[in-house]
Amino acid sequence: MQELARRVIKGDIRGIAKAISLVEDGVETVKKEALIDSLYPHCGHAIIWGITGPPGAGKSSLLDRLIEQLRQDKQKVAVIAVDPSSPFTGGAILGDRLRMQKHAVDDAVFIRSMASRGHLGGVAGATGDAIKIFDAAGYDHIIIETIGVGQTEIEVMELSDIVLLVLVPGLGDEIQALKAGVMEIGDIFIINKKDHDGADRLRTEVEYVLSLKNGAENTTEHPITMTSATLNEGIAEAYSIIQSYYTTILKNGNLAKKRKNRIENELKHIALSKIKESVDKFLNIDDRLDSWVEDVFQKKVSPYKLLNKKINKFLQEIDWK
Amino acid sequence: MNKNIRILIAKPGLDGHDRGAKYVARALKDAGYEVIYTGIRQTPEAIVKTAIQEDVDFVGLSLLSGAHNELFPRIVNLLREKGAGDIIVFGGGVIPESDIPSLKEKGIRAIFTPGTPIKDITDFIETVK
Amino acid sequence: MSKDERFRQKKQEWEAGTLKKVIDRSPERKAEFTTGSWLPSERVALPESGDFDDYNEKIGFPGEYPFTRGVQPTMYRGRFWTMRQYAGFGTAEESNERYKYLLNQGQTGLSIAFDLPTQIGYDSDDPHAEGEIGKVGVAIDTIKDMEILFDGIPMDKVSTSMTINAPAAVLLAMYIAVAEKQGVPRSKLIGTIQNDILKEYMARGTYIFPPKPSLRLITNIFEYCSAEVPKWNTISISGYHIREAGSTAVQEVAFTLADGIEYVNAALKVGMDIDSFAGRLSFFFNAHSDLLEEVAKFRAARRIWAKIMKEKFHAQKPKSMMLRFHTQTAGSTLTAQQPDNNIVRVAIQTLAAVMGGTQSLHTNSRDEALSLPTEESVRIALRTQQIVAHESGITNTVDPLAGSFYVENLTDKIEKEVWNYLNKIEGMGGMVHAIENGYVQKEIQDAAYRYQQEVERAERIIVGVNKFTIKENAPGGLLKVNPKLQEIQVEKLSRIKKQRNSDIVQNRLSALGVAAKDPDKNLMPFILDAVKDYASLGEICNVLRAEFGEYQESIVL
Repeated sequence: MQELARRVIKGDIRGIAKAISLVEDGVETVKKEALIDSLYPHCGHAIIWGITGPPGAGKSSLLDRLIEQLRQDKQKVAVIAVDPSSPFTGGAILGDRLRMQKHAVDDAVFIRSMASRGHLGGVAGATGDAIKIFDAAGYDHIIIETIGVGQTEIEVMELSDIVLLVLVPGLGDEIQALKAGVMEIGDIFIINKKDHDGADRLRTEVEYVLSLKNGAENTTEHPITMTSATLNEGIAEAYSIIQSYYTTILKNGNLAKKRKNRIENELKHIALSKIKESVDKFLNIDDRLDSWVEDVFQKKVSPYKLLNKKINKFLQEIDWK
Repeated sequence: MNKNIRILIAKPGLDGHDRGAKYVARALKDAGYEVIYTGIRQTPEAIVKTAIQEDVDFVGLSLLSGAHNELFPRIVNLLREKGAGDIIVFGGGVIPESDIPSLKEKGIRAIFTPGTPIKDITDFIETVK
Repeated sequence: MSKDERFRQKKQEWEAGTLKKVIDRSPERKAEFTTGSWLPSERVALPESGDFDDYNEKIGFPGEYPFTRGVQPTMYRGRFWTMRQYAGFGTAEESNERYKYLLNQGQTGLSIAFDLPTQIGYDSDDPHAEGEIGKVGVAIDTIKDMEILFDGIPMDKVSTSMTINAPAAVLLAMYIAVAEKQGVPRSKLIGTIQNDILKEYMARGTYIFPPKPSLRLITNIFEYCSAEVPKWNTISISGYHIREAGSTAVQEVAFTLADGIEYVNAALKVGMDIDSFAGRLSFFFNAHSDLLEEVAKFRAARRIWAKIMKEKFHAQKPKSMMLRFHTQTAGSTLTAQQPDNNIVRVAIQTLAAVMGGTQSLHTNSRDEALSLPTEESVRIALRTQQIVAHESGITNTVDPLAGSFYVENLTDKIEKEVWNYLNKIEGMGGMVHAIENGYVQKEIQDAAYRYQQEVERAERIIVGVNKFTIKENAPGGLLKVNPKLQEIQVEKLSRIKKQRNSDIVQNRLSALGVAAKDPDKNLMPFILDAVKDYASLGEICNVLRAEFGEYQESIVL
């Protein structure tokens, strides 16, 4: 086993941090895969949460309060806070941890900021591997805070055991957001800033949309709770709702189903990206692509005809058949 | 994909004058770096733990209260104690010229005083990274 | 009645009423004011033609609503503004010496700078205080330090301004207690505490508690002072630091007045009558080098505040509608390069403050971008004010720029932009919400970023920085804080902790803790009891921290 993997399993902070950079940078593929392979047997202990919601919903502040609750229960917590990279410069300001910074000196809390680096879906491309690193390092809870841009953040659902969807009154487009499919992402709905005008109305709207989704009988499946992170109100209630939700999905088998589903998605993802890599390599060998483009451009051949003929050759080359 | 440079911009000490720190953070982002900003009043311990967890390449410290002679070297020393002496530390703020040599001796690699163009900072980063 | 007649009548009413009342009570400095050529300087130059109704409504007469031309009818013909240099460093002993020096040099009020641990409620022996003790102001741990600070300074004569916010109640209590030891009753004390927590959240950073309990402490002070310390200015609502953080002039006024609205609302909510406290609200603005915009800014701010007080809060007394303000020249415009150039910047900014009608002024010292100011630099800064007061002639007439097409136009424009902000913030549910969701901070940062980019690209010239630069040697003769200071201060504190009666201190502190739990209790008497028995600032703040929690910064970059 690599030295780095050993350090991660031991819970060495710098080792964990370096391991995350390794998966994040993705340059040293072989080393990265070997790392994850050695860590994998040590994974599976952590509970993985996602926390998502529009910008300005107070996700980080709420998370800060939830970490307090987890720490009272002596739980070790890792946070992956994702912020967008600039599509123009690649730069990013990673500012989420600011609101959780009072936990910075607590050895049982590890906060890691990640830039999306062009990855869509509200998380970073390396988030899945970073979760495994924290899991193997012995963190009890791993919490992913998404960028928070809305309905495209499906991926957090695939990565987490429980997704908290944080909503706030006063953003003006609540109902639009609810209709647009953001609701599908959440397991637990948290209406933050409950002291602000319109919080109760928002709750009613959420209940209504959920009742449409679940059928009137079944609203308990998605708990709704109200908090104020800044006033520190409703946090203990939210925490106990999260805990009992977890117990429920653990018992009724939904958790195992989710996790298997996650593995399935991951396998597909790895397979696809590996095949894509091969395809890219295949297409670019000997300037083949250029000559094919020329052929299709000159109308010597149609795209389907060309590729159907070539593809068998390709599959042989990558030893697929 | 390649290795992105990560920089922690931190304000040790108690002063709340974060205009410069925020400007530098934003300008470094615009220059293509990943910048972690943690807000004002950070203890040296919190800064060092943050730098390590975030696996940054650089820590930029901003201080306007005059406590730089105490706090900047303390952060460098703590980093070394934690086995992270390879992280490069630079600083800025109201720092008298006469304090700069001793700060450099103590491991602060560069000091940028008010009025420094941002290009001086990015040049520094690109040279020593 | 024609417009002309109405105007003449208004003028006569002003002369017989507002003006006469003031002149009878305090005559002007001289019987006659003239220019250098011995032409008479008009007290208040007035329009001779044009739309008089419009003039009456928007500009009016000094000392009368809407106070565009100033809060007094004679302004500096009556008396100059208070020249008040913000000072303090090191130990109480050293600062006491500097205050006596400044009073001897003709300064007319004291302005106390506290070090950062004091401002954030940490004792000198707290680990958070490491390296910061005595650096940006004087360190105060217990009432003992305050006694030393005012040793030999007559507290019934001098007006004292204290730049203290989160723990303002504690420092005010110490001031009252020390004055009483000098034999000065609290009813005679004159001065100001900054006590403006909202701008700390958005710009200055020396907050301790979250907004709700902080606002309670502020209204506790309002109530206590209105009964016990009636001449004390209980708050100095500050735009200064908002501007230093990089805001525009418009934002400075808008966010400051929005803070003011929030404080007034908080006081009304606890049942105070608007006219019982509004007259003791004071403001604090920045004076930048964009001379004419700055003058317009001050004039617009007065007019808007008067409207807010009259129309929104239905104040009755004219005093409640007056925006009285302290000004400081802009620290952020000072350059470390060619520091003597800063003297000129400060002079321009002084003109802005005076032509804008300030009630008191601090002028920055040329070396403040480098370190704490030396005695010589502080003297030049004070002399700058004295030159403007005595030599420039602008103090011979009230609101000299009134009626300038450019300045009136700018005043109107600023007012309009400020109302836009005020309405927007009201729509967000007030300033506390606008701060909590990061809106205000974002607006300020965007302006700061834009400004700095312009400097970087040399689209905005800063003399000596991005143009007209020279090779310079490192400046010498800078003031250094005694490096042993931390030791001395910690030693002093531990001696006091040993000497005092610690049972009494514990009782005082737990009584404060109990009172803090009851939101209807005024905490001032409890704090006063605690400081008199030598409870330290940090101990008192820690009791309140335990009850109130601590504020968590929320910024958007």
